[in-house]
Amino acid sequence: MAKKTAYLGMLTALAFVFSYIEYLLPINLGVPGVKLGLANLVIIVALYTINMRWAFTLSAVRILLAGLTFGNPASMIYSLAGGMLSLAIMILAKKSKLFSVTGVSILGGVFHNIGQIGVAVLVVETAGLLYYLPVLILSGTIAGVLIGILSSILIRNLIKAIKIEDIDL
Amino acid sequence: MKRNDFILLAAIVVIALAAFGAVSLYSAVSTREPEAVVYLNGEEQGRYPLSEDTAVEIRQGNSYNILQIRDGKADITEASCPDKICVNHRAVSKQGESLICLPNKMAVEIENSEEAGIDASTR
Repeated sequence: MAKKTAYLGMLTALAFVFSYIEYLLPINLGVPGVKLGLANLVIIVALYTINMRWAFTLSAVRILLAGLTFGNPASMIYSLAGGMLSLAIMILAKKSKLFSVTGVSILGGVFHNIGQIGVAVLVVETAGLLYYLPVLILSGTIAGVLIGILSSILIRNLIKAIKIEDIDL
Repeated sequence: MKRNDFILLAAIVVIALAAFGAVSLYSAVSTREPEAVVYLNGEEQGRYPLSEDTAVEIRQGNSYNILQIRDGKADITEASCPDKICVNHRAVSKQGESLICLPNKMAVEIENSEEAGIDASTR
């Protein structure tokens, strides 16, 4: 129980800090929504080292924390839409066993952006936002590759360091 | 990375490029060229593309204005009105700019053109 609490607490804190780092260092390419998705690193690690239930919880808690501290209700809605869609797709991709961690991460990055644009189109009621989609799909892919490679290195080492059976989730 | 990852990567890039192509094709079709729209008594009388040099007489009873389009700009070169404000106005070509002749109740407005830049700024 203590190990479980420590591990989940650490991952939550990491996801939160990564969100904050990205908030401090925005990438400006002229299209809103382009980002690296550092926090997704933690979610993917959780997905592969614990289970999908905790990955969902982690993602929700991170979005809530980020929204309440340096975000706003609007950014929370966008994050939630992107985060949940992305995670759902990543879980499906992982279960299909078709892809490695990188493939799963790419799909996560792409669908995070698709989810956000989807909500933005509904909120602003402007289909013109779809102009951003090609750029966001590509940026999501690039971010997904980087985060995926990092994640697979982390997962490989974390699985050795932490005996998941000990955590008993 | 597995082989499937590369297939996925290629598929996504193809989809993104296709989406980009579709979007730019759509915007190329839907963006219309800049034109001068003539209104008389608030009613649209005609549309003249700025890309074509032309001169039109806008007549209403005894009053008239002559709209000339040259080098992508619309200008009133002659008019029957007493004040000639429309004639003295410079040629217009940017989005939303207009030439107005109050005595003849005539207005020319530019549509679908690019926004005017900043003329000057101070601080």
